[in-house]
Amino acid sequence: MQRRHFLKNTMVTGAAVLAASSGLLVPGQVFAAWNKDAFTAKDVPGAMKGAIGSDSAETSDKIKIKAPPIAENGAVVPVTISSTLGDVKSITIISEKNGTPLIAKFNMGAGTEAYISTRIKMGKTSNIIAICESGGKFYKAQQEVKVTIGGCGG
Amino acid sequence: MAKKSIKVRAKAKNDVITVKALITHIMETGLRKDKKTGKVIPAHFIQSVDCEHNGKAAMNAEWGPAISKNPYLSFKVAGKSGDTIKLTWTDNKGNSDSLEAKAK
Repeated sequence: MQRRHFLKNTMVTGAAVLAASSGLLVPGQVFAAWNKDAFTAKDVPGAMKGAIGSDSAETSDKIKIKAPPIAENGAVVPVTISSTLGDVKSITIISEKNGTPLIAKFNMGAGTEAYISTRIKMGKTSNIIAICESGGKFYKAQQEVKVTIGGCGG
Repeated sequence: MAKKSIKVRAKAKNDVITVKALITHIMETGLRKDKKTGKVIPAHFIQSVDCEHNGKAAMNAEWGPAISKNPYLSFKVAGKSGDTIKLTWTDNKGNSDSLEAKAK
């Protein structure tokens, strides 16, 4: 019994040490781990709460979303988000009518500009919401993209 | 992973480096079904992309499955020609790859 206990204990500590050291080896890991709750949330308020900790954000015209008004293929929708808000800490992209609305969150380090360009999947015609975190506050902007062929569930 | 899955282009202009990256990845949502067997194809997508500029964290992206297949990513960071840009991705199966590039 004693021995069993000992083995179990060493294994647990061993694992913990391993986890800690592997964490140290990857400097990028200073940022949060993958946010499962936010990415599996089924509605926009849930996704926003998970991603930014609040379901409301002020509408701002200082955020620019560049996306096609009509996307032929929902599997590949190019989206560019830029902002003239100062000191943007993060940019979150949400597609309102996707099964899981949260698409991505980009955390910016110092010296990184408020500019992100990527390609996303959209299930159907809906609004793209971009949320920027600046000075501890959240600002959002949205744009509608019409999708003729859905990109989710092909 | 033997073959590099990342392509990076970093260009410096007016003290700003524009980084453009292409990653080869299937980005399966876990919602699609195999047409022949009717079985759901398990989710397989990139969850996190880390970018370092001269060894310092410049950007971290948390991605869901709604990022397109073979993801494209572009961002801008203050810097100059000759700086190193390092990109690392990790997917939900624990696979990862990284690439270092010099800004031109």
